Amino acid sequence: MAAAALTGDQGLRKQHLIDPEICIRCNTCEATCPVGAVTHDDVNYVVDAEKCNFCMDCISPCPTGSIDNWRIVRAAWSIEDQLGWNELPPQEEFTATADGEAIDDDVERLLASAHAGAGGKAMAPASASKPAVNLFRRANPVVATVQGNFRITAAETESDIRHIVLAFGDTVVPVLEGQSIGIVPPGKREDGKPHDIRLYSIASARDGEKRNANNVGLTIKRVSGGVASNYMCDLKVGDKVEVTGPFGTTFLMPQDPKANIIMICTGTGSAPFRAFTERRRRAMQNVPGRLVMFFGARTPQELPYFGPLQKVPHNLLEKHLVFSRVPGTEKEYVQDRIRTEGREMAGMLGSDATHIFICGLKGMEAGVEEALADVCRKHGLDWSQLKPRMRAEGRYHVETY
Amino acid sequence: MSTTASYVEGAVDYSTKIPNNINLVDDRRVLKALEQWHPGYIDWWMTMGPEGFQTSEVYLRTAVSIDPKGWAKFDYVKMPEYRWGILLAPQDEQRLVNFGASKGEKAWQEVPGEHRAALRRLIVIQGDTEPASVEQQRHLGKTAPSLYDMRNLFQVNVEEGRHLWAMVYLLHKYFGKDGRDEAEGLLERRSGDVDKPRMLGAFNEATPDWLSFFMFTYFTDRDGKMQLESLAQSGFDPLSRTCRFMLTEEAHHMFVGETGVGRTIERTCEAMKAAGIEDPYDITRIRALGVIDLPTIQKKANMHYSLSLDLFGSEISTNAANFYNGGLKGRFMETKIEDDHILTNATYPVLKLVNGEAKLVEEPALTAINMRLRDDYSKDCQGGVNRWNKIIEKYGIKFQITLPSVAFHRHIGEFKDVHAAPDGRVLGDAEWIKNRDKWLPSKEDGDFITMLMQPCWERGKYAPWIAPPKVGIDNKGGDFEYVKIHQA
Repeated sequence: MAAAALTGDQGLRKQHLIDPEICIRCNTCEATCPVGAVTHDDVNYVVDAEKCNFCMDCISPCPTGSIDNWRIVRAAWSIEDQLGWNELPPQEEFTATADGEAIDDDVERLLASAHAGAGGKAMAPASASKPAVNLFRRANPVVATVQGNFRITAAETESDIRHIVLAFGDTVVPVLEGQSIGIVPPGKREDGKPHDIRLYSIASARDGEKRNANNVGLTIKRVSGGVASNYMCDLKVGDKVEVTGPFGTTFLMPQDPKANIIMICTGTGSAPFRAFTERRRRAMQNVPGRLVMFFGARTPQELPYFGPLQKVPHNLLEKHLVFSRVPGTEKEYVQDRIRTEGREMAGMLGSDATHIFICGLKGMEAGVEEALADVCRKHGLDWSQLKPRMRAEGRYHVETY
Repeated sequence: MSTTASYVEGAVDYSTKIPNNINLVDDRRVLKALEQWHPGYIDWWMTMGPEGFQTSEVYLRTAVSIDPKGWAKFDYVKMPEYRWGILLAPQDEQRLVNFGASKGEKAWQEVPGEHRAALRRLIVIQGDTEPASVEQQRHLGKTAPSLYDMRNLFQVNVEEGRHLWAMVYLLHKYFGKDGRDEAEGLLERRSGDVDKPRMLGAFNEATPDWLSFFMFTYFTDRDGKMQLESLAQSGFDPLSRTCRFMLTEEAHHMFVGETGVGRTIERTCEAMKAAGIEDPYDITRIRALGVIDLPTIQKKANMHYSLSLDLFGSEISTNAANFYNGGLKGRFMETKIEDDHILTNATYPVLKLVNGEAKLVEEPALTAINMRLRDDYSKDCQGGVNRWNKIIEKYGIKFQITLPSVAFHRHIGEFKDVHAAPDGRVLGDAEWIKNRDKWLPSKEDGDFITMLMQPCWERGKYAPWIAPPKVGIDNKGGDFEYVKIHQA
């Protein structure tokens, strides 16, 4: 795939750049590049956007890390531009509103409803990356190709939850962990209007389900009678899907390696947390910040990703998997486990580095909040004061449906 | 695309074989020879390698494959357990001899009889520099200005060790008994030893402090880069493939040097600015801030640059001409140069001492091969110096680091018998003696720097004379524990 072809409907493309402040001109990248995309003068090493094919061969041999820089651009910087740089330009922000175009109303409504549980205006974490939003809309969706559709709950259970991988081919769709994309189910409603867009959280890290493969993973549950979920869960490899987005500017993963992230979820609410975990694993291993997950389901068989989750090491992700319908054992819900772990939780809540993310069905909100309030009461904290402060600081996030 | 949806990619451990991509298992003779050499190597590493840190766990990158995607694996390793492997760049079946009298022939997979002695000599000289620098740097761990820097030092050390393996492999594989004897000799010589010194001058000089280490990795390892690059052009294909892979690792050493000096400069400028000192020559006040004044940094650069220039040998050399003509050692980036690559009729301007003055004289290009490589080296050095000057400029300080003339402070070549100032003026003895301490580090300079070299081993902390790096190794955060110290 030639970079020149990487032009989305928005005219955006991803460009590979070298940070001139950090590069030491060792020539390793130029010697490694199989397509001759790297060149240099006496000052800078630069990448020719028309030649780079994103094979990534140059990334690991670079001794400085200067090679691992990317920008989403409307027009690629030329070699001459880059040779003249003393430092990298910042990432330009792209939003549809910047073009003076309206955001699809139904998406805004969906997001507002999903975030209502936070109890006030949501703020992005201070260390979150800058998101791009609304690059693709109903009128100009990006067409994705299905690369995989795997059932991730046991076959004998009622709960049919799928891990679906969509690839965007040559179109750049920059996403962040915590963002969603919209799916436009084909066909029309009974009243003749097009179907509503459904939002699905991205379950993969920003650089793809597979690194740099320009794809995303989604976690989707088949809902009886649901137009979009049945459409999605029935997809076969090679099928085409219309996608809008990306969406979401607040429910975003903190990028501070010191950030503690408490992730509370049920069912497909685990999707963004799979993305968070993979981001930590790829970009920030052995960091001081903790990843703690409370994940509830009726049974292990119905908990999405149950098997694969067992393989995730504890030092990356502290897992509390709780079950409410295992015969012969007492019912346990995420809020119960939060209380059991009260001392540990209170310790984390007392730190300004701690972020809470709640994602799942609307029904879980009240129980979880009550548990958090209980924990606070028991350990000398005041949830009624802490929650609004955490929210205002971008450290308390709710996304429920 | 995998057939299952794993929760995170790569949760399964990958295998941990000793890295070698030359099918050693099937080459019993060489395997046996290397196995016999191995205990001596480990013995050398334990006695001459980094002193006091052999049981510490160091966050090192190990080459486990030559595939660009897989060759840098980072993990904690105790240095004596580092997996020193033998890695050659992939063989290109179509590769030709690209220069000299045999230009156009298929690249040699065996040593041509007539070039046997010359090739062995080239390999031994290259091989001798690798353990030498480990020996020179063995005491530095104790005064490391941070865990980050300590880790970088040890990374350089283990990779120099691997480069020794790379050359020893060639000696064992292609040079029979002579090769085995030479391989033993590489473990017997010692940097700075009066009786059995290393082969090249700069590798017998002490590396007494961290600024020297950074200057060494910037200037002297860059000579290594130039030599490896020109050996990577060799018509003897196994040497070419070996050196090509070594160059990938050598880049890290350039990085340590350039950023180390840069960070030292940055900290000095920052401290001067904070104290309101504008005059870079206000040395007493600047030193009182606990940082190294810019004129002293310049002196260190003068010293290491001039010693490194000596490594290129005489400007005019029939040996170098023979190596080139024989297709054994090319020029820097030979295949990117546009000429006939035979050079029998070409000339090259060489700086010579003519009637007591430095003057450019046209010489036959073949005998001026060393000069050409040295010029390419100087140009390469200038790049990082420009970067250092940008740092100084950013702080608004009126000072520039410059590379001295190639006539300055030389012990080999055209200018070895004269004294010259950094600007190239040839001087009488009296003037040289009077000014020497202005141009090269004096004993007082050395004492001051030694006094500053207090270890700083707390996670995320840096000694007061050096600025933290802009980014960590392997994208690690600022307070990552790059070395878990267990002092032996």
